[in-house]
Amino acid sequence: MSTEHSQSTELTAAATHRDVAGPLPERFENPGLEPHRPRLTDEDPGAARRATRQVAALFGVSVLGTIGVIVAHVAFPPGDSVASMRTSNLLLGAALFLSLIGIGTAAVHWAKTLMSDHEVVEARHPQKSSPEVREGAIAVLREGAEDSGIARRGVLKGAMISALALFPLGLAVPLIGEVGGDWNVGAFRHTMWKRGTRLTRDPSGTPIKAEDVTVGSAFHVIPDGLREQEHWIEEKAKAVVLMVRLDPADLKSEQGEGWSYDGIVAFSKICTHVGCPVALYEQQTHHLLCPCHQSTFDIADGARVVFGPASRPLPQLPITVDDEGYLVAQSDFHEPIGPSYWERLK
Amino acid sequence: MKAIADRRHHRMAPVVLLLLALLLTGAVYAALSPTPAEATAASEDDIAAGAALFRTNCATCHGPGAEGRDGYPSLIGVGAAAVDFQVSTGRMPMQATGPQAPAKPPVFDEEQIAQLAAYVASLAPGPSIPTADQVDPAGGDAANGMALFRTNCAMCHGSIGRGGALTEGKYAPSLGGSTPTQIYEAMLTGPSSMPVFNDANITPEEKQDIIAFLEEQKQGSPGGTDLGAVGPVSEGLWVWVVGMGLLLGAAVWIGAKSA
Repeated sequence: MSTEHSQSTELTAAATHRDVAGPLPERFENPGLEPHRPRLTDEDPGAARRATRQVAALFGVSVLGTIGVIVAHVAFPPGDSVASMRTSNLLLGAALFLSLIGIGTAAVHWAKTLMSDHEVVEARHPQKSSPEVREGAIAVLREGAEDSGIARRGVLKGAMISALALFPLGLAVPLIGEVGGDWNVGAFRHTMWKRGTRLTRDPSGTPIKAEDVTVGSAFHVIPDGLREQEHWIEEKAKAVVLMVRLDPADLKSEQGEGWSYDGIVAFSKICTHVGCPVALYEQQTHHLLCPCHQSTFDIADGARVVFGPASRPLPQLPITVDDEGYLVAQSDFHEPIGPSYWERLK
Repeated sequence: MKAIADRRHHRMAPVVLLLLALLLTGAVYAALSPTPAEATAASEDDIAAGAALFRTNCATCHGPGAEGRDGYPSLIGVGAAAVDFQVSTGRMPMQATGPQAPAKPPVFDEEQIAQLAAYVASLAPGPSIPTADQVDPAGGDAANGMALFRTNCAMCHGSIGRGGALTEGKYAPSLGGSTPTQIYEAMLTGPSSMPVFNDANITPEEKQDIIAFLEEQKQGSPGGTDLGAVGPVSEGLWVWVVGMGLLLGAAVWIGAKSA
C-alpha cells in the first residue's frame, strides 16, 4: 500500500509541475481495487437490525399506498363536478405514488445496506475472434462468391447492381411526391378574398356594418361563405384578418391609397415571420403583437414592423362598404400572406 | 253603438287615434325597455356627491370638468361602465405612473363608486353598468362562450383567462378575480390596452356566454394543480427543475456507496 501511495503522490506532483519536471510517464501503473471497507451494518448488529426495520417500513409504506388506492377508488369516485374529479385524481395519484415509491426505495435500501457488498472482478473476454474462426469465415465467403460465378457472369453482376440501385426509388419517389404539394406556392399567393367578399365575424360568419366598428374596436374577421368551402380550415388559415378602427387622425399611412374605410383598417392575421396568428392588439398604442416571437406591427402606420424578427409588414386587405353598408373587400391581398420566404419564389 | 259609429267618421278621428297609438307605444316602451340599474338610482344628489368626489380625487389628472389633458384621457362620454370598472377594480385613482394601472384594493366604497359613475354619466351619454340579469353566469352558454373567448380574448388573456404579457411592461391581467360585472364592463369599454368589444361585435347574450365560460374556469382543473395555468413556462420549470432533479437525486443515491 505504502509504495502505491508514494507512487501516486509522485504522479500528482509530476502532473502539477509538468512544465518543470518533464513529460508524463509512458505507462500508468494499474492502481488496483480500493481496499474493501465494511459498512456499518456489516459490523454493528444494531445497525443491521435498524436497516432491516427501515426496509420493512418502506415496504409497509407501499402496502399502505396500495390500500389507499383501493380506498380512494371506492370512497372518492370522480363524480360529476370538477372538484370531485380533482379530489379523485389527486388521491389516486398520491396513493399510487406511495405504493410504487415504497417498493423502489425499499429495494434500493435493502441492496445498499444488507445485501453482500463484496467487490467482484469479472474479466472481460477479448472481442476479437480467434484467427481460425476469422480465416474460416473468409474462406466461406470466398467459396460462395466463386460458386455464384459473379466474376465470370458480367450480365448477372450488372443486373444485380441495377436492381439494388433502383430499389430505393420505390420509397423515395412517393415521399418526394408528397412534398411536392407544398411547393405549389401559388396556393399561398391567393386567398378566398376577392372583390365584393363581405367581411364577417369569426366564428359566427355574420356580416359587419361599418357603423358597428366603433373607434378602438377589434374584430376578428373571416370571409363570407368560408364554411361552404371544401377545405375551409385551410382557407381560413390563409384568409383570417384582424380589423380595427382608429381615429382617422391617428392613421399615419396605409399600404395602398384608399385601402381603409373611414379609419377602419384590415390586416392579415398571419405573421410574416413564421406564420403565427398575430392578434394581440393594444388599442392605445395601435401596436399588434405576435405571441410567438414578439414581432410588433404598428397598425396606424401600414403595419410597419417596429420590433422583432418579422421582416415585412402584415399584408393589408383593401376594404370598402357595399350599398347596404356592409364592409367588403376591394380585392384579394396584393402580396402573399404569411412567412416571407414565399416572397423569394415570386 | 250608433253614436260610436257616427264619431268614427269625425275628421279629428285619425289625429285622436294617432295620439292614442303614440301614448300606448310610449307606455309599452317605458314598461318593457330595460333600464340600467344606475339610471334609477342616480339622483341629483348622487351626481352632486359624485362631482364633489371627482373634484377631490380625480380632477388633478382628468381636469376639473373631466375634459382630460395631455396624457390623461377625457372622461366625457366614457359612461358609468368605465368608471365602475376602473374604480371598483382599484385601477383608479392611480397611485403611480407606469406602463399600465395595476388592479389593487378599491379606494372607494360601492356608494361612492355609484356616485362617481352617476357624475361621469351625467356629462355625456356612454355605456351604462350592466344589470345583474345581464351578467348572471347561469343565463349563459359556456360552450359558445368558449368559442368566442378563443377567438377574441385568448390570445392575450390565455385559453382559460389566466392572463399574459404584452409589450413594454404591459400585460393582460388574469380574469380569475374579476366579477361578472367587471368582465362585462371591460368588454364594453376597452380599458387601457384592451380593444373595445361593443354590443355589435359581441352581443349582450354572447358577453353573458363568455362570463359563463370564465365562471366555469374558476372551479379549477379536474387533473389536480394547474401550476398557475400560464402555459409551458411553469410546467417546464417544474419538469426540468423538480422532476429531473428528483431523477438525478435518485440516480446518485442508487450509485453512492452506503456507509
